[in-house]
Amino acid sequence: MKILSCKEASQLISQGLDRRLGFAERVGLRLHLLICDGCTNFSKQVKFLRRAVARLGRPAEKP
Amino acid sequence: MESERAYLMRYASLQLRDAHAAEDAVQETLVAALAGQAGFGGRSNLRTWLTGILKHKIVDAIRRVSRDIPAPTDEGELEALFERRGHWVEMPAAWENPDQSLEQKQFFSALEECLARLPVKSAQVFMMREHLGYETGDICKELDVTPTHCWVLLYRARLALRECLQKNWFSK
Repeated sequence: MKILSCKEASQLISQGLDRRLGFAERVGLRLHLLICDGCTNFSKQVKFLRRAVARLGRPAEKP
Repeated sequence: MESERAYLMRYASLQLRDAHAAEDAVQETLVAALAGQAGFGGRSNLRTWLTGILKHKIVDAIRRVSRDIPAPTDEGELEALFERRGHWVEMPAAWENPDQSLEQKQFFSALEECLARLPVKSAQVFMMREHLGYETGDICKELDVTPTHCWVLLYRARLALRECLQKNWFSK
């Protein structure tokens, strides 16, 4: 299996929020995340972005 | 209801990125709201109810204009985040307790500023996906772009937002 670069891994992390990744993609990504703190942080942060953007404009957030 | 107009304008501008289009969408929303007041009936918060109507008007507006907007070409800045061999130039650092930020008004101002800096098409696709909650397949159909292009636009939006929040919020 090809070793993923951070650029490729971050693309898969993003796409994983929008489509179901294939088996090889999931395995490759998991292996990459085991050894890469940068992409692990990126992965947490794009999920956080999703939570934050979903909350924009909720009544709790007064202008 | 007038007092909600400023809020709705800000909300619509964030997603449509065009003052006229935002004004039209808000106007249509207020007209629809006045016509359908019975539908409100105090069941929910007024702002929540108006925003719900506005979301539909925003999607209608995006649908009308999206074909005129060219895809962004300013790839350079984001490409610079990676070295030639695909490593991060600067590894994303951990954010401490990011969920605490969700309780802070200033965080949402920072987030809105970062969203406003995205290229228009990226911003529209991103907001349809992450705020309005559409599936990627539906966004592609609405905006007449291929799924691959949709994923690229979403990826670029996320990279850019992450960078922007890192600079303007999490490292402060």
